[in-house]
Amino acid sequence: MEAKERKERFAGVSDREVKRFYRPEDIAGLDYDRDLGDPGTYPFTRGVYPTMYRGRLWTMRQFAGYGTAEETNARFKYLLEQGQTGLSVAFDMPTLLGYDSDHPFADGEVGKLGVAVDTLRDFEILFDGIPLDRVSTSMTINPPASIMLAMYLAVAEQQGVPWDRVSGTIQNDILKDYIAQKTYIYPPEPSIRLIVDTIEFCTRYVPKWNTISISGYHIREAGATAAQELAFTLANGMYYVEACLARGLDIDAFAPRLSFFFDVHNDFFEEIAKFRAARRIWARKMREKYGAKNPRSWMLRTHAQTAGVSLTAQQPQNNIVRVAIQALAAVLGGTQSLHTNSYDEALALPTEESVRIALRTQQIIAEETGVANVIDPLAGSYYVESLTNQLEEEAERYFKKIEAIGGVVRGIETGFFQREIAESAYRFQRRLKTGDYCVVGVNKYVDPEEKVRPRILRVDPEVQRRQVERLREVRQRRDPARAARALEQLRKASGSNENLMPYILEAVKAYCSEGEICGVWRELWGEWREEAVY
Amino acid sequence: MEEKIRVLVAKLGLDAHDRGAKVIARAYRDAGFEVIYTGLFQRPEAVAEAAVQEDVDVVAVSSLAGAHLTLIPELIQQLRDRGVDDVLILAGGVIPEEDVPALLAHGVARVFGPGSDLDEIIAFTRENVRRRAWS
Ligand code: B12
Repeated sequence: MEAKERKERFAGVSDREVKRFYRPEDIAGLDYDRDLGDPGTYPFTRGVYPTMYRGRLWTMRQFAGYGTAEETNARFKYLLEQGQTGLSVAFDMPTLLGYDSDHPFADGEVGKLGVAVDTLRDFEILFDGIPLDRVSTSMTINPPASIMLAMYLAVAEQQGVPWDRVSGTIQNDILKDYIAQKTYIYPPEPSIRLIVDTIEFCTRYVPKWNTISISGYHIREAGATAAQELAFTLANGMYYVEACLARGLDIDAFAPRLSFFFDVHNDFFEEIAKFRAARRIWARKMREKYGAKNPRSWMLRTHAQTAGVSLTAQQPQNNIVRVAIQALAAVLGGTQSLHTNSYDEALALPTEESVRIALRTQQIIAEETGVANVIDPLAGSYYVESLTNQLEEEAERYFKKIEAIGGVVRGIETGFFQREIAESAYRFQRRLKTGDYCVVGVNKYVDPEEKVRPRILRVDPEVQRRQVERLREVRQRRDPARAARALEQLRKASGSNENLMPYILEAVKAYCSEGEICGVWRELWGEWREEAVY
Repeated sequence: MEEKIRVLVAKLGLDAHDRGAKVIARAYRDAGFEVIYTGLFQRPEAVAEAAVQEDVDVVAVSSLAGAHLTLIPELIQQLRDRGVDDVLILAGGVIPEEDVPALLAHGVARVFGPGSDLDEIIAFTRENVRRRAWS
């Protein structure tokens, strides 16, 4: 007789129905060498390196930034003292969108959600006392990524660090911005050109730099399911590969520096399977579809961040538990670096106290649990292998669909991705209503008496005034002829096919502001407007 | 036939978090409201202008980027400047509790934070629309 179960249908956060248990038939046909391989061997399902965390732990990299460069520099130093091993810069909204702090649109937003950056002067302060040959830095910025990279390289020069010794990452992934994060400025064509310019430049002069971080995180956080995150991200990745090939670049020269960034959400096994599937798909595409020969070109190296959207304003301490479980999934999934969210995520930017607990969570997983001692311990699990296969199949179905609708950019222009994501986001919100999905403290186990709120970080409103003052000072003190010449030359080169990086570098060193440089491009290329779909 | 309640769902300033705004817009639509969504990156005056042009009953602002104390009062001022003082103004998103009284004082009817129940938002909106006699 069939025993009764608690529910009609069992499904996690992505709403994928799962069976009661999995059996050998569910992974019939799985071939160890073809589909898994040992860690460090093709197709890298089990991990990109032969020793993984036994060789080196993942990089613990907390995303940080608020106020002016001084405040963020102090937060960086605090995090390094606490044992963090890499830096990650969060910029404010005006910087993300290429406006100077004195632009009317920046009013009320300067230094609020990240650090305010206008000129090289801000970068000099931001990295003061931080040796750029010893720390790697990730910068979450997209349309202005080339400018931030130029500022970073200029600071390295000032510190006497040769470019081939600096390492780090610029996000530089505009496709997922059109799709999900929405910090776009220009239309696709010139935006992609800027990205290919940075890839070409770094391949020659900054060989340890990750030229792009092809991001699923924002796609997922905007509402996508795990399969959509996986498929859209890898489709974007293939688009960039094709754009570089069209420029005439050698795949084995640039592909090893492409990096990825995925979300780690609540559905523990699905997330682990997602990382495994991502590596396998990418390896296969790079080798079979694009003919890459260098094994490093086949490897999908990734950063991961726990799912901000899973964290609640209600009973915020519960978030510490959610983050720990998600972080564990990222580690079991074989990530190269990790950001763990703070428990006050749904309230404000993190305080020193909350970010320390988030970092300690990673340290506890690394040092106390023993999970870093063995690579890919879930391989061979009927369930995890079956999920890995399913996710790969679902991604392949999306690749076909994307091709059928005319490719990634066409899909953006017609709102295909945006519609798919909005649909998933709304479906999820409805599941909360029906109780089909439970969020502890929100639609179940609610505490009606809840009152105490943790102390939150507030950005001093004085920040805007101080930042605008600094910008004015820089403008007064710089050599006006050199600045004007640099912008003029950038304008000319932007209308040609030349690589723009040398021109951006000169403009940055002449203390032209980010807004001035982006202004040249806004004028030349215009701005992207999306048709909102919901 | 009963006229539909008209809602303008708005995103102000540089804040590009649109997941919540779209979810709210869709929830209103499914509940039978007439919904106009401004899209991202709107200036307060443009939203006020749209509210007048579209003759809306509700202006629903979603704010997650911390500029609420600058942009929402400015929007309300722009509405007043256009002689609009009978629309229901709602706000939601990531807004610290201690900022809520200031927003209410400016004329926001209620602030809905993360985790808000969609049906409760709909119900509150129906009950508090002031302009026409809704039954
Ligand atoms: C998802 C998310 C993102 C996604 C956004 C995807 C998208 N297209 O929307 C991504 C990853 C791209 C992102 C990026 C950034 N984010 Co963000 N993000 C979040 C997150 C985790 C969840 C927001 C969300 O969508 N929730 C789900 C929706 C359904 O909920 P909601 O919007 O809250 O809406 C509900 C209620 O609030 C209410 N509601 C909302 N609006 C309205 C309006 C009305 C009228 C009504 C009645 C109700 C209502 O009803 C909804 C249903 O309950 C929050 C933290 C959190 N947990 O809240 C941070 C958060 C908002 N982000 C933050 C930051 C800093 C950023 C960045 C600026 C980081 C950076 N420096 O690069 C970037 C750039 C942002 C940008 N695009 O503008 C901060 C903002 C800090 C602050 N306000 O003080 C937060 C709070 C995280 C944190 N603690 O640091 N983010």
